[in-house]
Amino acid sequence: MKMKNKNKNKNQTNRKEGESRRSFVQKTALATSALLTIPLGVEAMANVRGDKKLKLALVGCGGRGSGAAVQALTADQNVELVAMADAFGDRIEKSLKGIQEHFDGEKKINIPEKHRFIGFDAYKKAIDMADVVILTTPPGFRPYHFEYAINNDKHVFMEKPVATDPVGIRKVLEMAKVAKAKKLNVVVGLQRHYQSKYIDLKQRIDAGNIGKIRSGQVYWNDAGVWVKKRKPGQSELEYQMRNWYYFNWLCGDHILEQHIHNIDVANWFIGEYPESAQGMGGRQVRNGKDHGEIFDHHFVEFTYPSGAVIASQCRHIPGTMSRVDEVFQGTKGSIEIGKGEITDLEGNSQYKYPKKWGEDANPYQVEHDKLFASIRSGGVISDTENGAKSTLSAILGRMATYTGKKITFEEALNSQLHLMPESLTWDSTPPSLPDTNGNYPIPTPGKTKFI
Amino acid sequence: MIKKCMFFFLFSGYLFPQNEILIQNISGTEANIPMVYIPSGSFTMGSDKTEMGHFGDEGPKHVVSLDAFWIGRLEITWDLFNLFVSREIDQNQIDKSDDNETNTDVDAVSGATTPYVEMSFGMGIDGYPAICMTQLAAVKFCEWLSAMTGNFYRLPTEAEWEYAARAGSVSAYSFGNEVTQLNEYAWFSENSDEKYHLVGTKKPNAWGLHDMHGNVAEWTLDKYLPTAYMKRKKGVSNPLQESTRIYPKVIRGGSWMDSPKRLRSAARRPSSKKWKRRDPQIPKSKWWHTDAPFVGFRVVRPVKAPSIEEQKRYWNYELIN
Repeated sequence: MKMKNKNKNKNQTNRKEGESRRSFVQKTALATSALLTIPLGVEAMANVRGDKKLKLALVGCGGRGSGAAVQALTADQNVELVAMADAFGDRIEKSLKGIQEHFDGEKKINIPEKHRFIGFDAYKKAIDMADVVILTTPPGFRPYHFEYAINNDKHVFMEKPVATDPVGIRKVLEMAKVAKAKKLNVVVGLQRHYQSKYIDLKQRIDAGNIGKIRSGQVYWNDAGVWVKKRKPGQSELEYQMRNWYYFNWLCGDHILEQHIHNIDVANWFIGEYPESAQGMGGRQVRNGKDHGEIFDHHFVEFTYPSGAVIASQCRHIPGTMSRVDEVFQGTKGSIEIGKGEITDLEGNSQYKYPKKWGEDANPYQVEHDKLFASIRSGGVISDTENGAKSTLSAILGRMATYTGKKITFEEALNSQLHLMPESLTWDSTPPSLPDTNGNYPIPTPGKTKFI
Repeated sequence: MIKKCMFFFLFSGYLFPQNEILIQNISGTEANIPMVYIPSGSFTMGSDKTEMGHFGDEGPKHVVSLDAFWIGRLEITWDLFNLFVSREIDQNQIDKSDDNETNTDVDAVSGATTPYVEMSFGMGIDGYPAICMTQLAAVKFCEWLSAMTGNFYRLPTEAEWEYAARAGSVSAYSFGNEVTQLNEYAWFSENSDEKYHLVGTKKPNAWGLHDMHGNVAEWTLDKYLPTAYMKRKKGVSNPLQESTRIYPKVIRGGSWMDSPKRLRSAARRPSSKKWKRRDPQIPKSKWWHTDAPFVGFRVVRPVKAPSIEEQKRYWNYELIN
């Protein structure tokens, strides 16, 4: 087991104060595990329980990461932001300014110059300094950052999706087991799981209020997201890192990056992951040189082991019908989550979620409240496996629309598709390159092969 | 010329109950903005304690006089607002000319970011009111519209808004005091089915303006000051409570989410940074209020446009972040 000296010392110092009957029991349990040789978990937990100051590192300093940092610093009275990492220095400066302004002088931020780490390897230095890490880079990096964080005994908040390819998924699934064995808390930013409306409705589905789910429709249809234009002097790699939404190795297409939320709700409410998918998609409107290689619409039919069929549609086209929602039909009735309403087979209202707009607690805050409460109390939240499998479900959908073939979950899980390079430097060649006219190769159904 | 024309309409009020309308076209789109002429005049702003639902910030009642202006007959719809968000028709900006009220360069107008969250929340786009924009975004829409058309547009002041909403009435609502009649004139909590509705589908007020009560609450230019009316001297004209701060600004008219008292002509409501509560990003968006699906706006065009130098005052160039 490799381990940094600094960590070793820290763990040794803390062993005494953290030693408890509980940690003894856990250590014993670990020792009996033949598969796992990871003795650090208990110490990692002992390290942060109780009132001890928790050190926080932010890896990926975009708007969402900065927002997550603020939520983490709000969730617990004794958390300090001690390290920030990003591929770009300007992102760190902007993020730090935003976080500082939010707290307006409160002493939760300890980021002198030497705690700001820039570049592709920066994440390691930032993670080394922390007890809890926020992983919010573009999703392609997530498996590698998560692996490092778990191997170094950190509690994790990571944004969805957790990978862009099956190689990454397999890594995250492997690390999910390690994290669990180490009793590390991992919260994945599929925040609907932390939103009271969804939790309330899910309980009613489990109680059988609409019977067994047979079909459903999940949507993320809207006008699309930001575009970053190419700037003079940028290398191809820097351009792609800045305009990352449009490159699959970094983003995974909007069916993954955004629509995962809705596909994940289908998985959660049905209680299964899809068995197979087939579908269609393309880029009809958002097809310029600034728009990389991703589609602007996908329509996928997911079939579940129980026979339930979910129609999943996501579209990024301005001027078209907008809807972000999940709807399910069961053997006894239907549910519309947007409306918060359950109806019987005749369409009569049976239940209406009582809270009005804005009365629910902010789920982005709740996910951090739960994470830190669990760390303090010695609990274990393990969102990783679901995060990985819902990520894979969306990747499966993308594979179906890109190839035009029917693909199974098993095939996707075992796929050799490897979009994300193992390691990157600013001299690396990005996986996707434009032709002489500046256009990128676009997936073509019927021609693009399943790998 | 315009005043003369108006004279005619006022006197023939029985035959033509609605004021003169001017259609503002925008080159590059079929969407347009019908603007209703509002004559100069004076009215009594605010409400008495005796009015059902009266709140302290609505008093004391005081007389305000206003110059003439044009105001949107309808709330600005997504069809229109998205032209500003996407900026796809900017190349159709009107040619610069001395005849224009403004010669702002459209490229110089700041653009709203594309929101990550779907901001209509599934309530509808075509013909439905735009919502969730910050006051800054509404103000910049006005600047963009001015640049595109050469005519000077801005948000209404609070006084202009109430004058237009009252349309000569002195009651709680433009049609009287009876809440039972509200259903004919407004979308509000009791009839909205928890969503906004197509603009202009309820009865207009006496000056032909739709949805001044309900549907979406509307941004004004003014800073919210609960004591604003107490500080006003008798016979104030064209009042505007200027501020360089983002919050709080006044919204008016109430919305599809509100109970009847919030829809009253005199009711005032301050904006709040809580309206960005669920914005998951830091810094929170300057352009979008994730938690304000009840706020929209309509535009005003003063009959006498301010000088080019003065125009920027109305477009938030002084705003402190």
